[in-house]
Amino acid sequence: MAKIIVVTSGKGGVGKTTSSAAIGTGLAMKGHKTVLIDFDVGLRNLDLIMGCERRVVYDFVNVINKEATLSQALIKDKRTKDLYILPASQTRDKDALTPEGVEEVLNELSKDFEYIVCDSPAGIERGAQMALYFADVAIVTTNPEVSSVRDSDRILGILQSKSRRAEQGLSPIEEHLLVTRYNPERVSEGEMLSVADVEEILAIPLLGVIPESEAVLKASNQGTPVILDTQAVAGQAYADAVERLLGEQRPLRFTDVQKKGFFKRLLGG
Amino acid sequence: MGIFDYFKSKSEPSSASVAKDRLQIIVAHERSRRTQPDYLEQMQQEIIAVIRKYVQIESDDVQIQLENTDDCSVLELNVTIPEKS
Repeated sequence: MAKIIVVTSGKGGVGKTTSSAAIGTGLAMKGHKTVLIDFDVGLRNLDLIMGCERRVVYDFVNVINKEATLSQALIKDKRTKDLYILPASQTRDKDALTPEGVEEVLNELSKDFEYIVCDSPAGIERGAQMALYFADVAIVTTNPEVSSVRDSDRILGILQSKSRRAEQGLSPIEEHLLVTRYNPERVSEGEMLSVADVEEILAIPLLGVIPESEAVLKASNQGTPVILDTQAVAGQAYADAVERLLGEQRPLRFTDVQKKGFFKRLLGG
Repeated sequence: MGIFDYFKSKSEPSSASVAKDRLQIIVAHERSRRTQPDYLEQMQQEIIAVIRKYVQIESDDVQIQLENTDDCSVLELNVTIPEKS
């Protein structure tokens, strides 16, 4: 049985797809057979972030509608062994994802894979509901900013009431907080919520803190998940998050201000 | 923080702490609403309308809460009636 992980947030633009790509790749790098599913029907982007946009032939909705088999639609990642991508459809029909269809595909994938990572669309509409409904684990991606934190709390409410595990009275979805676009300098200046603040408000365990990093844009420009950039702090922070997801202990890194020289501090900047 | 920043007023709370306070309030409010049944909101409006026939009150003066214990639910209604001026 595969573990189904949803990467969700409520708010858009906080780094769900970047995080899905990084974490899915990280799990496969650790030798776990993983499939990444893009649930953002109509606005697919996981293929671009993973650099396989030109290899998409069939998609998730084709499989649900039995226009293609799963093995025809799955794209094997070229860089990482044991990693596959199931792209979203570009159809404008927002009801294309049916609960029965999604369940059938997930059951089929469950036979072959250890981890199924579901990249949720923003919002709380159909696509987002479908992405989280069957989840065992949720990674709630949050920026240290008021609207993102509030929307994350809203999503937590949905995870706790509208998911399969909630409806069937099973043990609840395992919730993890992933703070992204973190800027320790601004936190120390009192201009940004700290990790501790976000943790206190949302009251769920912390999986990781990804610092704001130029490497993220560079990676998406090139279509490589940022976790493969082992020189970048963001890549290293995602690697730590994957280790924690697998039950390892890793101390938090990159959450404190880098020490500046005396003159730089004196003059500011 | 440069040397010039030391001349700025220190009395204002940081914007991050303002953000935290605002979030704690709105999140607590939305969480309490999440656990209550959908009809509660409408019932609250109707109760306010009935009371207003007799006393002029604000919407904030009526607090309504549903608490579930093992074998029963308790509906708690708090109405603050303003003092006669």
